[in-house]
Amino acid sequence: MTDNLVTDVQAMGGDIKDSGQSFVTMIVADQLFGVPVLDVHDVFIPTKLAHVPMAAPEVAGVLNLRGRIVTAIDLRRRLGYPLLEEGKQVMAVVIEHHGEPYSLLIDSVGEVLNLADASCERNPVNLDQRWRDVSGGVYRLEDKLMVVLQLDKIIETGNGAIAA
Amino acid sequence: MDDLLNEFLTETNESLDVVDAELVRFEKDPNDKAVLDNIFRLVHTVKGTCGFLDLPRLEAVAHASENVLGKFRDGELQVTTEAVSLILESIDAIKSIMADLEATEKEPEGDDNELIGKLNCVAAGQAPDGGEAIAQTDMLQAEPEPEPVAQETEPDINPTLDRPLRPGEVSLEELEAAFAAAPGPDAEAGASAGNAADDASADIASEAPAAESVASADSAKAPEQPVPAVAPAAKAESEKAEKQGGKSEKAEPSVATQSVRVNVDLLEDLMTMVSELVLTRNQLLQIVRQQEDSEFNVPLQRLNLVTTELQEGVMKTRMQPIGNAWQKLPRILRDLSHELGKKIDLQMSGADTELDRQVLELIKDPLTHMVRNSADHGLESTEGRIAAGKPPVGVIKLDAYHEGGHVIIRISDDGGGLNLEKIKSKALAVGLTSEGELDQLSEQQISNFIFKPGFSTAQEVTSVSGRGVGMDVVRSNIEKIGGTVEVRSEVGRGSVFTIKIPLTLAIVSALVVESCGERFAIPQISVVELVRASSNSEHRVEKLKETPVLRLRDQLLPLVYLSDVLGLEADPDIAVQQDDEADVAAGNDRQPDAKNDDEFVVVTQVGTFRFGIVVDRVFDTEEIVVKPVAPILRDISVFSGNTILGDGSVIMILDPNGIADACGDVKDENDEAALEAANAQDSSEKISILIFNTGSAEPKAVPLSLVSRLEEVECTDIERSNGIDVVQYRGQVMPILRISDSYELRKEGRQPLLVFADETRTMGLAVDEIVDIVEEQLKIELPSDCEGMLGTAVVNGMATEIVDVSHYLVKAFPDWFDENRQERAKSNKHLLLVDDSSFFRNMLAPLLATVGYKVTAVENADRALELRELGNHFDVIVSDIEMPGMDGFDLASEIRSDERWGKTPIVAISSHGTPQDFDRGRSVGFTDYVVKTDRRGLLESIQETLHMEGSAA
Repeated sequence: MTDNLVTDVQAMGGDIKDSGQSFVTMIVADQLFGVPVLDVHDVFIPTKLAHVPMAAPEVAGVLNLRGRIVTAIDLRRRLGYPLLEEGKQVMAVVIEHHGEPYSLLIDSVGEVLNLADASCERNPVNLDQRWRDVSGGVYRLEDKLMVVLQLDKIIETGNGAIAA
Repeated sequence: MDDLLNEFLTETNESLDVVDAELVRFEKDPNDKAVLDNIFRLVHTVKGTCGFLDLPRLEAVAHASENVLGKFRDGELQVTTEAVSLILESIDAIKSIMADLEATEKEPEGDDNELIGKLNCVAAGQAPDGGEAIAQTDMLQAEPEPEPVAQETEPDINPTLDRPLRPGEVSLEELEAAFAAAPGPDAEAGASAGNAADDASADIASEAPAAESVASADSAKAPEQPVPAVAPAAKAESEKAEKQGGKSEKAEPSVATQSVRVNVDLLEDLMTMVSELVLTRNQLLQIVRQQEDSEFNVPLQRLNLVTTELQEGVMKTRMQPIGNAWQKLPRILRDLSHELGKKIDLQMSGADTELDRQVLELIKDPLTHMVRNSADHGLESTEGRIAAGKPPVGVIKLDAYHEGGHVIIRISDDGGGLNLEKIKSKALAVGLTSEGELDQLSEQQISNFIFKPGFSTAQEVTSVSGRGVGMDVVRSNIEKIGGTVEVRSEVGRGSVFTIKIPLTLAIVSALVVESCGERFAIPQISVVELVRASSNSEHRVEKLKETPVLRLRDQLLPLVYLSDVLGLEADPDIAVQQDDEADVAAGNDRQPDAKNDDEFVVVTQVGTFRFGIVVDRVFDTEEIVVKPVAPILRDISVFSGNTILGDGSVIMILDPNGIADACGDVKDENDEAALEAANAQDSSEKISILIFNTGSAEPKAVPLSLVSRLEEVECTDIERSNGIDVVQYRGQVMPILRISDSYELRKEGRQPLLVFADETRTMGLAVDEIVDIVEEQLKIELPSDCEGMLGTAVVNGMATEIVDVSHYLVKAFPDWFDENRQERAKSNKHLLLVDDSSFFRNMLAPLLATVGYKVTAVENADRALELRELGNHFDVIVSDIEMPGMDGFDLASEIRSDERWGKTPIVAISSHGTPQDFDRGRSVGFTDYVVKTDRRGLLESIQETLHMEGSAA
């Protein structure tokens, strides 16, 4: 696999020497996702989620994070997965978008990975439309693939969904 | 010291510091428009304020540098180091004048003509040549410090600067040597550096460009060194102290001692921490309550008290009456009225409306701008007013009040209104729009151009306004805090600017309610009263068909279920459980299925419109700090914000305005809002309604427009024929209908009749008496299943049955359809009726059906377009103009832009019948335009339209 990788990169005329990027990995319905580590402000176990009627379906509600009101977005819904069964523990990753805090509800949070840019590929052309909008590329890891989430898109498309 | 002056000094010092830093940034990257705009605005503000405080020297200097900046902005002038230095120099000159101002409360003597001359020179596009520059700088050095105090400044500097020079600073001797040695424009820059050394630390940045050319190399690092963030007041003070040295202590620093300027972020952090503290306290209280005789009781009580006070204190630091922002205005207007030669009366009300400090700060400048604009552009000259037959004194009104979770500030003038033609031509000239687009725009949209950057219709640039800064700044500042600004204007009558600011951080009292197991807050300010409704109390929710209403003190109160508005679904378990609790609480032994029996009605008032929100439960009221919702939730109109309650849970705050809109109700227009009515997309329509009694005791009503005449006939003239009562009337036999079969005609005297005429036929409806004719909006609240009735509406404060005239028409002429069948078969045209008012749908649809159209009625444009998507075809579309959401004009353009219905004729019906409306209607593609109540006109128009269509095809 490593051999292939090098050949690929050389074939594309790319530079093998790259600094790479660090990602916080998270798992949603057994799929690995990554968010640049510097974008993550907080990781916590959400409690007391207040439902917001009439909001877009992916808006799970609002919650209180140390005196700040954070809007929670259910990644399962956003990505088109079935919802987690009632009562199962979820995790929340806090990010910021235009100065507003949002939290992404995920199944569990993984380790921080430092990945070489070379192992990143553009979205496969046959990727689900819903995913293509939010994916910033796919990293080939040893045993699985990690999708990089474009946070702006995740939140903004949610906005569009309300307007529609 | 004068408060006004005091504030001016602090503010201007702040602004100037920013300008210093920004200018240096700007010089590095002259293409950064944002930075330039910012500088320009700041200088503009300084200039403006100076003018009002009667500080001609400052104003002149600022005006000259603003001119140069303006040229930069418009791209007429190349950004050069020299020009920027010159502006920095003028900033220094301003600072030095201000220092004197602070010490003596007067502008120092002297003039700055040389500096201004140079600035104007640059503005005119000529570089000031070297020799001249030296001469000028000589002058400059002498000028700003003509007074003895000031003249001592320079020698004083070094002694007061009794500390090692920081990196990047240059000693005065060095500078002077450099000054003497350096030729041409550099020299003048050196001088500016020399001046800048006065305020030793903060001005390092401004010094830099000059120092680069004349002083040591390491000074080039200066801009990178962060400018120390000294509190401006303190800085001003230290500046003064430095200047005066040990010489005199007589002028005690007066600015800094009375108040401390604290960064709002710090307050915000404090607030957050206090909230946390409150939460923790609540938890502790909870724990202790469960243990009796805890030793923590006493200390906890104290903690409780202290926390509450702390919370109140912190909250208080944030609130200020809006009057604080208005204090300056009377003075400003007084001066303005002299300057402009206009007589202006400023009327202010609602000055004690409390606003969050941060919000207040942010709207202060926009407000000043807008009031100045009103005085300058809005009001006509005194002669103009007299010529227009108005009182010579122009009135500018300023109102502030809380409304439904918002603070509304209204600035109105009784001047000439916006000149739409001028705005149009300016918009075209600036390239904001094209000729074609302009035709499509409503007056409202055209008015909104004044909020675009660089837009000013003032003929000449005066020192008051007309530079095109202003309204765009106003708008961007207001939008920054999530507010909106609107302008409504009427030619010859004046304009009204309405600023609506969400109570972003304001503290409000809110009522916490529950519906379907979820809690929500309703701002207390819009809650009128609470009513508990149950089947065995005097108040109960009555349902008329699907519509819930409540009888409240002889009035029918329309109700909305919060769960319906929010689309909540009751969790059956919770509902039952609550019901049980409620049962226990009320001691009732009710049937378990009587679930909706015990409810709370929150009587809510929006404007003049009252309605009830039905909720499951009502908790306490709580003081809450409204926080704006995240942008992705901002489109949901039923929420005005959210907040964290004392127990730490997040709760959404309902916006009564949004709920009123969501339940499709209409609000009464009050007089003040009449100006807005023309443009408001509000479905309220007042029509004349005839009220009469017949048969039962309930009053009945029909729209007057349907009635041809009111007649009385002698009872003896009533004959019976073919099983119905008839009377000979104008050479025809007119059938007389009774409201119901059980109704008896009068036996003697005269029988009053309502005469309806439809096409060629006339018919009389027998009534007992005509009660009244009222002008009111007719909204059928409860549709009726009863034959001959459309439904019930509140008319004249009473529940009134609205009579379905078409029902009686058909009844009077059973042969009606036979007669028309041929015609119908021939035409059998399918007609789409789009109208948001259920009354008109109910009234027009049967009417149109009786004359032979197949009618499909929908309540809004979106539904109409859905039908198009579904592939339906219509021969003619009849659409209302004023509808919520997409209005008739938009609908027509939309229909015309798509080929499916592109050729279908559209007839507009509207309650407004001005020629402009007609023209606009035609221009967007309406085939015809009819006034709504003109029934005959409508029928004729449809027929004609169809006829034309037929002959064209």
